Amino acid sequence: MSENVPSELRYAETHEWVREEENGICVIGITDHAQHLLGDLVYVELPEAENNIRSGDEAGVVESVKAASDVYSPLSGEVIAVNEALADTPELVNQDPYGDGWLFKIKFINHAELEELLDSESYNEKVAAEEA
Amino acid sequence: MGKHTPLFEQHQQAGAKFVDFAGWEMPIHYGSQIDEHHAVRHDAGIFDVSHMTVVDVAGPQAKDFLAYLLANDVNKLKPTKALYSCMLNEKGGIVDDLIVYFRENGTYRLVVNSGTRDKDIEWIGQHAAKFEVAIKERDDLAMVAIQGPKAIEKLAQMCNPRQAKQINKLKRFAVAEIDDWFIGRTGYTGEDGVEIILPAELVATIWQTLLRVGVSPCGLGARDTLRLEAGMHLYGSDMDEHVTPLESGLAWTVAWEPAARDFIGRKALEAQKQAGLRHKFVGLVLESGKGVLRNHQRVICENGSEGEITSGSFSPTLGHAIAFARVPTKIEETCAVEIRGKHVTAKVVKPPFVRNGEKTFS
Repeated sequence: MSENVPSELRYAETHEWVREEENGICVIGITDHAQHLLGDLVYVELPEAENNIRSGDEAGVVESVKAASDVYSPLSGEVIAVNEALADTPELVNQDPYGDGWLFKIKFINHAELEELLDSESYNEKVAAEEA
Repeated sequence: MGKHTPLFEQHQQAGAKFVDFAGWEMPIHYGSQIDEHHAVRHDAGIFDVSHMTVVDVAGPQAKDFLAYLLANDVNKLKPTKALYSCMLNEKGGIVDDLIVYFRENGTYRLVVNSGTRDKDIEWIGQHAAKFEVAIKERDDLAMVAIQGPKAIEKLAQMCNPRQAKQINKLKRFAVAEIDDWFIGRTGYTGEDGVEIILPAELVATIWQTLLRVGVSPCGLGARDTLRLEAGMHLYGSDMDEHVTPLESGLAWTVAWEPAARDFIGRKALEAQKQAGLRHKFVGLVLESGKGVLRNHQRVICENGSEGEITSGSFSPTLGHAIAFARVPTKIEETCAVEIRGKHVTAKVVKPPFVRNGEKTFS
């Protein structure tokens, strides 16, 4: 399967991706591999903006026709924005998981957490190991 | 590795993602199960259902045997017609649900579920011993369902004029045997269409030809959302051996008359009816769109009594979740469903949810 794993992003074991922007802000979404496994998404539940969450916390749920899957926050910090467009068009996550299908933005408080995430190569290996 | 139908290579070529289904490696979708769902509602789709079990019943007592074996009454069945029925145990529990076709030559053909194949064959065989009948499983045959408003038109395109004419005049729930095809105007989607049973070696041709004229290959994922919208039951989810048709929304399939017809489970159903039912089978809709109804979620009525969702999913046609649930008979117009610890309000409706592409509840 030709799945996209951009090299500039960091990844969590639980199939979220993280893109570092400016001023300590990160964008978070689910990977192309995750959306492939779930199939057509029909409902996305996101954290509330201004909430503080810790890394590893449940931050939301993505539901496809066939299954529901929790989304965990890879970082600790304050949720500063959520992707409102997903309320009406959850399929954006299938169509563009690293772009228009982003889930939420976090102002993180611990840079070390970002460093500990997987790079694209390690994430690819993890996916390959899961499929074997 | 699971069992493969004769169309396995065709599925691979069409880009199928496979799942295990009752020991069979079957396509769940070919890219998008929602697109496949819409193809059947608006155009035409083809499903491989060769994993289903075909059983032929012949012999001088075939009719008497089936009148005893099935809760619906094959005496109502005219030649070249199909009937939906439950097969019950002595307690009225549902062993399986099936379609029985009455053939022009006076014999019967049953199509039963693949997940229940072994116990069905044993159950049928055990009761057949008391009748003068011959039971034959037909694993030499394949089966496809071609469904959707344009299914008949597209199928006719690949036929000669004589065959096309026969297919066009086929009425709902009627069956015709056209050359090598056993073709019934039946289905599991709530749309017009046919199901064709044919020799395994001929099925790849029909598959390829229909894909070429624009019929979409559809997997088990779309099959499930289509049947749920159409208010059709799934054995193992909506009913099993522990419940009767009366508490499964299938009372309409039980033929009580004539009262003299003794069928397996009849006494238990009569006793249950006499005692009064504690559960009924309803549809639930989540028009708020806040989440998806799923199998086994708890249903909580206003008076605190509880039921359970038996089949729940997202309805691609309606754009929100729908479900079947077995609930206490005294349920109000709304109820709560527990979704990941939270109570969400659902509306109680009478299935089906969608017929011929249109919403059917208010």
